[in-house]
Amino acid sequence: MGSRPPVRGREARSRQARGRSRWRGYVYVLPAFAVYFAFAVLPALHTAYLSLFEWDGVTLGDWVGLGNYAEIFQDPILRRSVFNALVLVVFFSFVPIVIGLVSTGLLARYRRPGMGAYRFLFMLPQVVPLVAVGVTWRWLYGDDGVVNQVFRAVGLDGVTRAWLGDFGAALIAVGLVGTWVLSGLCMMLFLSGVQKVDPSLYEAARIDGAGPVREFVSVTLPQLRGELAVAMTVTTVAALASFDIVYVTTNGGPGEQTTVPGLLVYRLAFSEGKVGLAAALAVVLSILILAIVYLINRLSRDRT
Amino acid sequence: MNTVARSERWSGYALLTVMAIVVVIPFLSVFLASLQPAGTPVVGLTWPERWSWDNYETAWSVAGFSDLIRHSLVIAVGVVPACLVLSALAGYALGTMNLPGGNAVAAFFIAGLTIPVELIVVPLYFDLRSLGLTNSYLGVILVEIALFMPFSVFWMRTHFQSTPTSLVEAARIDGASSATILVRILLPLARPSLMTLGLLVFMWSWNQFLLVLVLIQDTTKHTAPAGLGFFVGQNSTDIPTLAAGTIIVMLPILILFVVFQRSFIAGLLQGAMKG
Repeated sequence: MGSRPPVRGREARSRQARGRSRWRGYVYVLPAFAVYFAFAVLPALHTAYLSLFEWDGVTLGDWVGLGNYAEIFQDPILRRSVFNALVLVVFFSFVPIVIGLVSTGLLARYRRPGMGAYRFLFMLPQVVPLVAVGVTWRWLYGDDGVVNQVFRAVGLDGVTRAWLGDFGAALIAVGLVGTWVLSGLCMMLFLSGVQKVDPSLYEAARIDGAGPVREFVSVTLPQLRGELAVAMTVTTVAALASFDIVYVTTNGGPGEQTTVPGLLVYRLAFSEGKVGLAAALAVVLSILILAIVYLINRLSRDRT
Repeated sequence: MNTVARSERWSGYALLTVMAIVVVIPFLSVFLASLQPAGTPVVGLTWPERWSWDNYETAWSVAGFSDLIRHSLVIAVGVVPACLVLSALAGYALGTMNLPGGNAVAAFFIAGLTIPVELIVVPLYFDLRSLGLTNSYLGVILVEIALFMPFSVFWMRTHFQSTPTSLVEAARIDGASSATILVRILLPLARPSLMTLGLLVFMWSWNQFLLVLVLIQDTTKHTAPAGLGFFVGQNSTDIPTLAAGTIIVMLPILILFVVFQRSFIAGLLQGAMKG
């Protein structure tokens, strides 16, 4: 009986202590937060600030308000770069997702021994540096590269060319490098998603006499909504923010046929002394990415 | 029925094999080119008449790829442990402690997941230059840690959220401090998650290009990808040496991938799904 008040007192004290220690937990968060804030968040804000100036990186800058943004929408090269990035989305995102879905549809019905080796190969382009990928493809697309070798072998000597130097073909050639890199990732994402599907759904579909196409559309596809959203997000960001592959293969050429925003941010800020314009372009690029990521996630969630 | 199943099974393998060949040919082409005698013109996929490893020696010592590899390792050795420690601490607090405003802070980290390097690289150059941190590995290390922090914190937070709360509660009742709980109980259990995260962070650090290109303008201090990108601009005609250099730059990550492929693939797929 007499022991009650002390217990309550201890409880109150410990609740108080817990209240304080709940805040104390932030001690653990602080180091990560400090580095993230100082070297990622602040620079991002600083970019937004710089985008309001005309600045060559050396002398004092001039305040131009939103003038740099206006220039992005007027300058043909800058507009071209955004257009090119959107074309790359087709090759980095749309084509790999279609390839991934089709192959998943063909492979999902049966478990196959030996998938491990294939999985290893399909993920390989994901882990190596994109610069090395770019250097590799630069050589494959060259006059004496494998691509032309294949065309010659099948008697199409007429179409051989230096693909990355060709006005009509360069952007598509760069895009196909992205297709090569990202198709395996999409395929593996979808295949691992399919494994979570309840096998009885497939059995039911099969008993109902569903063929592969029907089974894919009514069983597999609805279950892959989450994976689809992820694949779209990852590949679209890879396309819009692409830099490494383009820098190494074409550096934007021929002309401005393959120029992308990432390349221009680098070139404007560090070769042409247009730091403010580069910053504005970086902001526009990031807003575009955020908007698309938001849209994808919104749409995928709405349908759930 | 059975024959249909069998033909479907084999057509599946056929499809997989065709795709695997498409993936492998570029790698094979570079590898074979790297074995050709130096300075000879090389055509597509050609089996070398005699295997010559000289190009690797040339690339390694003359073209300076040994230095590039060393610089990349210095940066990775700085980035990986720091990322693991910082994200384990933050993930622990944000995942198990029910901090006031903790979800908002977590969301603030997650918001950084889609930050492209392009958004931060321009002012970083000028800010770090005024601090004397350009052409310095410390500068690159700090920025890479910051860049990888959103994913790392998110990854560790997700991990700690999935550990049973009863473990933490029991230890707390026994009077263990929050630091003891983390070090003695949770970290040993977190080893697989930490290892996967470490591999991913190492890979991102190793492959980072734009950031290094901007922050390290001194080409003698370049990392492996930056050096390769520079080399291809200078010596694009010496295919065998270039090919050997490309293989050298890929090799460390390839070795890790071969040894830890399960962790790697699981990390890449789950990481994408969680992000």
